[in-house]
Amino acid sequence: MIEVKDLHKAFGEVKAVNGVTFSARDGEITGLLGPNGAGKTTTLRMLYTLMKPESGQVLVDGIDAVVDPIAVRRGLGVLPDARGLYKRLTARENIEYFARLHGVETQLMHQRRESLVDALEMRDILDRRTEGFSQGQRVKTAIARALVHDPKNVILDEPTNGLDVMATRGLRAFMRKLKAEGRCVLFSSHIMQEVAMLCDRIVVIAAGRVVADETPDALRAQTGEANLEDAFVKLIGTEEGLAA
Amino acid sequence: MSAMLTVWWKEVRENLRDKRTVFTALIWGPLFGPVFFAIMMNTLVTHELNKAEGPLKVPVIGAQYAPNLIDALKQQGLVPQAPLADPDKAVRERDADVVLRIPADYGKAWRSGEPAQVELIYDASQQGSNTPTKRLEAMLKQYGSQQGALRLLARGLSPSVAVPLVVSERDQSTPQSRAGLMLGILPYFFVFAVYLGGMYLAIDLTAGERERQSLEPLFANPVARWRILVGKLGAIGAFSLASLVLTAVAFSVAGHFLPAEKLGMTFDLGARFIGQAILLELPLIAVFAVLETLVAAFAKSYREAQTYLSLLMIVPILPSMVMSLMPVKAAPWMYAVPLLAQQIGVSDLLRGTPVSAASIGMALVTGFAFAAIIGVVTAQVYRSERLAISA
Repeated sequence: MIEVKDLHKAFGEVKAVNGVTFSARDGEITGLLGPNGAGKTTTLRMLYTLMKPESGQVLVDGIDAVVDPIAVRRGLGVLPDARGLYKRLTARENIEYFARLHGVETQLMHQRRESLVDALEMRDILDRRTEGFSQGQRVKTAIARALVHDPKNVILDEPTNGLDVMATRGLRAFMRKLKAEGRCVLFSSHIMQEVAMLCDRIVVIAAGRVVADETPDALRAQTGEANLEDAFVKLIGTEEGLAA
Repeated sequence: MSAMLTVWWKEVRENLRDKRTVFTALIWGPLFGPVFFAIMMNTLVTHELNKAEGPLKVPVIGAQYAPNLIDALKQQGLVPQAPLADPDKAVRERDADVVLRIPADYGKAWRSGEPAQVELIYDASQQGSNTPTKRLEAMLKQYGSQQGALRLLARGLSPSVAVPLVVSERDQSTPQSRAGLMLGILPYFFVFAVYLGGMYLAIDLTAGERERQSLEPLFANPVARWRILVGKLGAIGAFSLASLVLTAVAFSVAGHFLPAEKLGMTFDLGARFIGQAILLELPLIAVFAVLETLVAAFAKSYREAQTYLSLLMIVPILPSMVMSLMPVKAAPWMYAVPLLAQQIGVSDLLRGTPVSAASIGMALVTGFAFAAIIGVVTAQVYRSERLAISA
């Protein structure tokens, strides 16, 4: 369970996040939808405590991110916008490094690694150095690395960015599996169809604010557009109109 | 396994797989000094010895005007060479170290009892000309005073009348101290090895990680940043230490290849030297690890960090330069100044002068204290939000 209350963050004059509030529940997939530069990555960075909010609150399973960032990170699995694998290490070594940083026992680590390797279908690349990996192989490795400590909450920043059709389909199936396991899955995207297909709840962000927080159906009803993409454009367009 | 150890081991393992880092830290850094030194010393010494003891070949112009002089010089080891048309040019262009010219009126002046003039043509700015010129000068002086003594005797006077003062030289340098003087630059090689040993790791572990965007996922782990920093500093220190130990051992080995006996010098570069030198340099490992990390944390990219750190490498050479240009008497307080302590300490060890436990202790305490201060600053920089964000 991730709760975000009235987050603010500015970089100099630019108000990147300007009052964002939403919740992502366990056993649901929540999509953070917004155009490039809307403040999605900055919001997520505050969730996984890389940045401190200027005001507002982040609660992960009831723990305040500013008060106890280490405990919050323990309960999170994070795929940042920057995948950042270690090129001179193999996929297996990358995964095991993070497992040890989380303090996972050796035997449990092997067990979890194996099940992730199967679920992500990455057996063939496990013992190769990650230098020269394709975009899809990199994302798989980074996700396995992020989830090896079996977190209750999963944050994925644009997970399908740069992936081909097959890899995207595989990743979607994997996210549904995480949901079925009862986890709280929060992911960001700027691709309408993807969000519509996967999400139980859509949080639309534009210019650092939440402009809608609904189920896909409610969103369609609210905007009066049958097509989600039109609904999305309408939401953002309206917001920009208001801002001006 | 604790988080710090995990970070440490991952960094060590990852960097052992990087050819450039390994080459710089474990081959180039530690071996450059000793190998360069052994070769230089050998070439230099052999060269100098040949000039100091071998037959002295000097072009002589006008040898026919002073056959007795030439005979006397030949007995002292001179081998006259054919005269040169343009001795000035030959000396300037290093075709000859020194040229002896005897003017046509030499014989006339000699016979009339006037001081007869001979000319030495040389270029004092040429390193190689010093020894042959001095030798030739000494030969000429000896001939001159010998002939002067004969003239006095012929007039019934004691030659000692013309020698009111005799200078007797007593050089108090020991063989070790003479060696130490020549080895003035050597302490820098130790500092160089420590610095270079950790440099590429320091860049890779902070600027490199940020550039490859792996710092952000790393910081998403439930580990305090200072623990990650300590692990990384430990990895940098491990490479520096390996580089330092290799340097000390390599110098010890190189000591066997130095032409010590030819110079009448002894080098005591045994286990005791290795141990004490490493102990003295230990604080520098910590100082450079935090300093290099600090600089790398400020740099925007890998390349920028590399540029800054290459420039910073000049700083540790300063004490060496100053000490070799103006040899200062080592005072106890110098052991309290990091870098200076290592400079005088290692040069004392080379000279065979024992370095007291108190001095070594002082160097360790102040060195590590200095490292701790920079370490606190580095930890502050490591806590900043900006550090992890690459784009």
